[in-house]
Amino acid sequence: MTNWWPPLTLVGSWLALLALLALTVTLAYLPLGSFNSAVAIVIAAIKATIVAAFFMELRDRGARLLIFAGAGLFWLGILLWLGLMDFMTRTPA
Amino acid sequence: MTEPDYLNSAYTLRSWFFTTDHKRIAILYFATLIGFFFIGGAAATAIRIELATPQADLVSSDTYNRLFTMHGVIMVWFFLIPSIPNTLGNFIVPLMIGARDLAFPRLNLMSWYLFIAGGSVTLFAILAGGIDTGWTFYTPFSTLYSNSYVIVAVTGIFIAGFSSILTGLNFIATVHRLRAPGLTWYRLPLFIWSLYATSVILVLATPVLAITLVLLATERFLGVGIFDPRIGGDPLLFQHLFWFYSHPAVYIMILPGMGVVNELISCFSRKPVFGYKFVAWASLAIAAVGFLVWGHHMFVSGQSLLASLVFSFMSFIVAVPSAIKVFNWTATLHKGSLRFDAPMLYALAFLGLFTIGGLTGLFLACLAFDVHATDTYFVVAHFHYIMVGGMVTAYFGGLHYWWPKITGRLYSEYWARTAAVLIFFGFNLTFFPQFVLGAEGMPRRYHVYPPEFQVWNVLSSGGATILAAAYLLPMFYLGYSLFFGRRAPANPWDAPGLEWQTPSPPPEFNFESQPVVTRAPYQYGPDFAAEPQNA
Repeated sequence: MTNWWPPLTLVGSWLALLALLALTVTLAYLPLGSFNSAVAIVIAAIKATIVAAFFMELRDRGARLLIFAGAGLFWLGILLWLGLMDFMTRTPA
Repeated sequence: MTEPDYLNSAYTLRSWFFTTDHKRIAILYFATLIGFFFIGGAAATAIRIELATPQADLVSSDTYNRLFTMHGVIMVWFFLIPSIPNTLGNFIVPLMIGARDLAFPRLNLMSWYLFIAGGSVTLFAILAGGIDTGWTFYTPFSTLYSNSYVIVAVTGIFIAGFSSILTGLNFIATVHRLRAPGLTWYRLPLFIWSLYATSVILVLATPVLAITLVLLATERFLGVGIFDPRIGGDPLLFQHLFWFYSHPAVYIMILPGMGVVNELISCFSRKPVFGYKFVAWASLAIAAVGFLVWGHHMFVSGQSLLASLVFSFMSFIVAVPSAIKVFNWTATLHKGSLRFDAPMLYALAFLGLFTIGGLTGLFLACLAFDVHATDTYFVVAHFHYIMVGGMVTAYFGGLHYWWPKITGRLYSEYWARTAAVLIFFGFNLTFFPQFVLGAEGMPRRYHVYPPEFQVWNVLSSGGATILAAAYLLPMFYLGYSLFFGRRAPANPWDAPGLEWQTPSPPPEFNFESQPVVTRAPYQYGPDFAAEPQNA
């Protein structure tokens, strides 16, 4: 049980996620132009960091686990990079 | 008093369906996969009978669409992907590394239940009327036009995907944490390296499939614009996401087959695998570079020219580690003390068939040739040479190699060799004519074709008959061996791997004492018997 996080941390993380969700919904209705997407992505990244650090308990883990967790992000980067390469250079019909 | 073997430790149904023993779970998977193999095979049989004549005389166009979709969905997700990892891998990995079980035995059992759940849902979709989209579920057909059971089928595949992820996680954790003392990474059998690379793909790629299928269901069910450009979607996004999983999935299928072939060629050449480290790292290279090539499925989709060029180039690159393996296996054979037992016949068949499949893949990686060959029988022949000629042949080879260990019985070598030769002959007669058909322009997924294609189609259907009979043969002689076969000794092949240093079949907890590894794998030679691995 030594690795068990105090429930307070989990509850706090959950509340933070709910607050960020509310922020996402609110900002989606503000006329920020192209910044709407950017703001939504930044908030999503913060949410993902909270989930990884607290719910997945990666905050104080060793290098090997962080490498494996990071591999997921790296591969997501590959998907976005090569997928967007097509999208950005596609010739309109 | 010696421990009872895992088959005789308990006899109740509960002891099987709630077991956490990796060996019993492997058997559960094996029995399940045989069922799916026959269902997928039945669809293939109907397809080949229909294609024996140019007219539509057995099924309607709509039924034909459902038949090839059923064949693809069942064979890819419910046979090829789980076959070696979940049966042979589940059984052999802990034994090979000197462990008592996988790292997460209960997760292993849960993986089987998820597989059963996913398979049942998909079978329900098939029985309820089937799916007509092809196994690739391309949009907009799957989201807008198809009136078949798309959402039910993708739900089944979605669930089965979690089974794959759990198996991958289990193997990765097991290889990292449960290796026997002295079993360093470079002392691991290459089967383990291959399954480790496979597991990395399973864990990294399968979630993308799950997300893609959820997005597909979301657009189909809720009308949210994801893939449909009329409502804000991107028309190629589905193909990008689908192939981001499904091309690496080809390596999920073939890498374990390559792993088996390492063991077979080394054992029946009585030599260590030539260039061990190159072969080991080639597995990881295939796993990594295999993620960078998916766009070669999309050369004629309207994808940008730059993307096509990059994906074409990367597709040539990914052939390099596969070629390293093929050359190294050939070099292993060189000056070996070759024995042509049934597993070796399968390994040699793999070598030839995989090479043909791989080289024709390079044809398809060429932008200009691919325009001609896309969606023709050339592509069908190519991927069957990899998946059936390669993977299924290796699966049969591995099954024969480890059968004495798994069951404690010896099979008829005569019948096993006969089946291996028939499979090789039947396979080539089935699929080689399809290269010709494709080169001449016969499209896939049509059941009515011009009469000039009939000769090649008749040859192919004739080959399929031989292949079907050859695939049925092992059921008889392996089944017979279960009841009447001679008892297998612990090490019938005189192999040095740890799995051969424990009785056949193994005791419940694999080893009577903790093995300690003192040397590199594949140390065949006159002195190895006197110097067992398990020192």
